[in-house]
Amino acid sequence: MSIISFYVDGFRSMRLGRTLWQIIAIKLLVFLVLLNIFFPDYLKNNFATDQQRADHVLHNLTVLPAEK
Amino acid sequence: MLEQIDLSQLNWARGQFALTAMYHWIFVPLTLGLSILLAFFETIYYKTGNEKWKVVTKFWMKLFGINFAIGVATGIIMEFEFGTNWSNYSWMVGDIFGAPLAAEGIFAFFLETTFFAVMFFGWNRVSKKFHLVSTWLVAIGSNLSALWILVANGWMQHPVGMAFNPDNARFEMNNFWDILFSPVAISHFVHTTSSSFLVGCLFIVSICSWYLLQGRHVDMAKKSIAVAATFGVIAGAFVGFTGDESAYTAAQVQPMKLAAMEGLWDGEVNADLVALGIVNPGKKPGDDSEAFQFDIKLPYLLSLLANRELDSFVPGVNDLVYGNAEHGVVGAGEKITIGREAIHQLALYKEARENGDEIAAEVALAGFNQNQKYLGYGYLEKPEDIAPNVPLVFYSFHIMVALGTFFPLLFAAILFFLYKDNLVQQKWFLRLGVFGLFMGWVASEAGWVVAELGRQPWAIQGLLPVSIAKTNLTTTTVQMTFFMFLIVFTTLLIAEVRIMLKQIQNGPEGN
Repeated sequence: MSIISFYVDGFRSMRLGRTLWQIIAIKLLVFLVLLNIFFPDYLKNNFATDQQRADHVLHNLTVLPAEK
Repeated sequence: MLEQIDLSQLNWARGQFALTAMYHWIFVPLTLGLSILLAFFETIYYKTGNEKWKVVTKFWMKLFGINFAIGVATGIIMEFEFGTNWSNYSWMVGDIFGAPLAAEGIFAFFLETTFFAVMFFGWNRVSKKFHLVSTWLVAIGSNLSALWILVANGWMQHPVGMAFNPDNARFEMNNFWDILFSPVAISHFVHTTSSSFLVGCLFIVSICSWYLLQGRHVDMAKKSIAVAATFGVIAGAFVGFTGDESAYTAAQVQPMKLAAMEGLWDGEVNADLVALGIVNPGKKPGDDSEAFQFDIKLPYLLSLLANRELDSFVPGVNDLVYGNAEHGVVGAGEKITIGREAIHQLALYKEARENGDEIAAEVALAGFNQNQKYLGYGYLEKPEDIAPNVPLVFYSFHIMVALGTFFPLLFAAILFFLYKDNLVQQKWFLRLGVFGLFMGWVASEAGWVVAELGRQPWAIQGLLPVSIAKTNLTTTTVQMTFFMFLIVFTTLLIAEVRIMLKQIQNGPEGN
């Protein structure tokens, strides 16, 4: 038995598993869409280089509470 | 009361992370616990050759699959939240978290694509022995996968094996083994996995109790509940032992968390353990009001729990906020002063580096290194800010402990009734058993609240408060995504419950 046929036959014989895979697919799609639209990586999107990102974080770290 | 809730962007971001983590945590303990129980069921089938045990194994494997399918990928959201809501923190811990999270990903990927498939597709297609080995590997691998997450979490609770690099504003790993074998990481791992075993056992107890009440699938239910209760008694004892170790570790490295867990405002020698109590909800650090409206205490036990010595001193919230010279406790006020000096020197270092003044940079760096131990305290506005929400942590801890004490008794009673062969006649007891899973979930989530809210205000203990870890986003942005996920998670939870209930209704013979 080849590994491929093991998986193919396994997926074909699924009953409840098909519903679960549909849920997983829908969930992943919804998550990926939502995450990509609403959860941008702040540092990645707002700064071009790692040095700029480091400088930005370092700036935040050097502000005392009274100076905010 | 509502007007006292701080609805700032910071707290919406915290609330969103809590929502995501607690939702994720509905599924994880069940996966960890059920995976081990599946391995037990299948081992019995393998040893006895009795086909009834195969039916038992396949039934619980089906429910395990449903839980896994609904829960899978819910943890990914948290990683995105780091980048969006917690960008300063995310940047600073990247070097530390990279290794454990990569190890977790590799473990999960290989297990889930190979042995997980054998578990579900391999019946009658691979040898019994190989199938059994696959089931065990999924169980062991799933639990080891949790290790890496808890190593990362343990580092946040007790940052070790690293150094802060002021040139790139990152904590850099300098000793992987210190991080891996941190006492907090290890105690959290063993406590979390063993308590997850209890949740798995309670899941089986709940469903079997329901079957026995209805007089359906009696043989399968009795077989399943016997294994779950036996494992539950052992796991319950282990949870008690690991919980004690977790509390001891908290006392050593996070004394404020322990003080909040016990509602201890003023430190004591021969400190008593509060077995039961109603805390004074309005009490604040430094005031003279009573700590409890009602309490039952066990003498000396808190000193024993915290330091393994009956006559030892356990610091309270006030000692940690204001200091206690007699017992050598440094107050938060002093730490804030040192922390601010560290921030000042860091600012001087940054300025000197920008100006290309190497000598000034070297001097500032030396000053920073001298004070950086309390860096995080420098960002706090006042000493009282180091105290978490005491009532919430206290009640969560005591609910968790009460339920954790009750579960082994529940399992022992099941074994007693099975031994007497009259479990089916114990209708009242079976009704209680049906609620076992819900109690397990409450205890498990309460444990998460103790671990995470008990360490507030810290994102990284002593080094980075959540107020500095966050990204400067608008409150509306975070609110919108909070409610968006609330809707998505609720929908998914309803889907799981419906599918799970349908399969339970169908029983082991159903599709």
